[in-house]
Amino acid sequence: MSASTTFFSQQRSNRRKSILLLVGVGLILGAFGFAAGFGTTGDPFGGLGFTVVAVVIAALLGSGSYFAGDRMVLAASQAKPVTQESHPVLMNVVREMSLASNIPMPKVHIIDDTAPNAFATGRNPEHASIAVTTGLLEKLDREELQGVIAHELGHVRNLDIRFMLLVGVLVGGVALIADIFLRYTIFFGGGRGGRRGGGGGGVLQIVMIVLAVVLAIVAPIAARLVQLSVSRQREYLADATAVELTRNPVGLEQALWKIGADREVLEVANRSTQHLYFINPIKKFEDRASSMWATHPPLADRIDRLRELHSMPPLSADQREALTH
Amino acid sequence: MEFIVLLVVLGVLVLIALFVVGLYNGLVQRRLRVDEAWSQIDVQLKRRHDLIPNLVNAVRGYMEFEQETLTQVTQARADAVAAGARGPADQAQAENALTGTLRSLFAVMENYPDLKASQNVLSLQEELSTTENQISFSRQHYNTSVREYNTSIATVPAVFIAGMFGFDPREFFEAEPEAQQVPEVRLR
Repeated sequence: MSASTTFFSQQRSNRRKSILLLVGVGLILGAFGFAAGFGTTGDPFGGLGFTVVAVVIAALLGSGSYFAGDRMVLAASQAKPVTQESHPVLMNVVREMSLASNIPMPKVHIIDDTAPNAFATGRNPEHASIAVTTGLLEKLDREELQGVIAHELGHVRNLDIRFMLLVGVLVGGVALIADIFLRYTIFFGGGRGGRRGGGGGGVLQIVMIVLAVVLAIVAPIAARLVQLSVSRQREYLADATAVELTRNPVGLEQALWKIGADREVLEVANRSTQHLYFINPIKKFEDRASSMWATHPPLADRIDRLRELHSMPPLSADQREALTH
Repeated sequence: MEFIVLLVVLGVLVLIALFVVGLYNGLVQRRLRVDEAWSQIDVQLKRRHDLIPNLVNAVRGYMEFEQETLTQVTQARADAVAAGARGPADQAQAENALTGTLRSLFAVMENYPDLKASQNVLSLQEELSTTENQISFSRQHYNTSVREYNTSIATVPAVFIAGMFGFDPREFFEAEPEAQQVPEVRLR
């Protein structure tokens, strides 16, 4: 009972942080639009105009990803829908976990790849999809598969899937807008500055241009860091939700262990979809140690948090070593 | 003056009526949730009752020396079907007994390699395990909605109207005791 109350408080605090972070990304975009607009037009109203343009682009991208993002992600990962007849065990496990989490049965897809992994996407529990690799089905037993599916349905139930779709695109949007601005100032900035210099452009305008350039460089990095930190928190939360649903920390723990020790690389994953997966699929490039740039928390830390739930001692140094190499 | 008093009295009566209607609708909604949760369990229980004779027939030929285990399963199934008419609490007991006999059957089946090679038996076994899991996950949901409903008809303010409109408390579908133990950990 006490365990489930901690889950709920963790859920609440994660929701609060998510809203703060979404607002943060919005503010960065707005400030950048204003500085860029003021700087290039020399007029506060021009600044507001740019702000509006930046926010409109972000809103368009956001709503596009809201309605079509799941299909794009599934297509990019070459995921194929499955039926009860072709994959009875997988479908049964998904049905069990959707009963446990009290959400509708999601659409189930399979990715033909021997690297064990899984992800969930969609805009809400009524329009959710989960995808698993053939390697996951081959390498895990039923109990472990249940843990992984529960983790993914945890993302669905906690609405992480919607948030990750939106944040992913917003982060891309910030980078895109910053990029357009930087090119614009490099190509046209010089000529404009000369003309304005004769007319006596204000100091404020120059400050704004500098500010905009700084923001254009810093904003995409900041937005990306924000996305990554949200992503890591959400992995812990989904692990906790999985235990709450299955009432069994062992299955998930063993699944993490097995998948973590697996050396295969998932070919269809890339930088734009890696944050969706059960564990980070890009192993060759990504250091598995704790890092500001990681989409997932270190596996050993995830396992330790699960072990804490049934009063097991944390992993030994040797065991941690075995996971990271 | 009298007219105003009359209006006030009328207004108060209307407010009370609205309040009672709201309470009543709330109770109906909670009761409906209990019924829905129950039908989720019921579907799975019936499904399990239908699957068991198939499994018993499929394994009978292989397991000549285990007739007693098979008879126990068949008997427990008959008891569970009969208990279906006696309400959730009784049925839960019979179903738990059935789960127990099924587990011992599965354990015994481990000794017969021929059985594990049979696709038919394997798929029946998978169907039965998923049914059992679905029963246990629907049970959590059912018991939560029963608890909410029973609490609301026993507490102020709904307690005043619950008896009047025939809202009776519902029975829990109890879990088997051993299912709540945390299993042993094996890493590596």
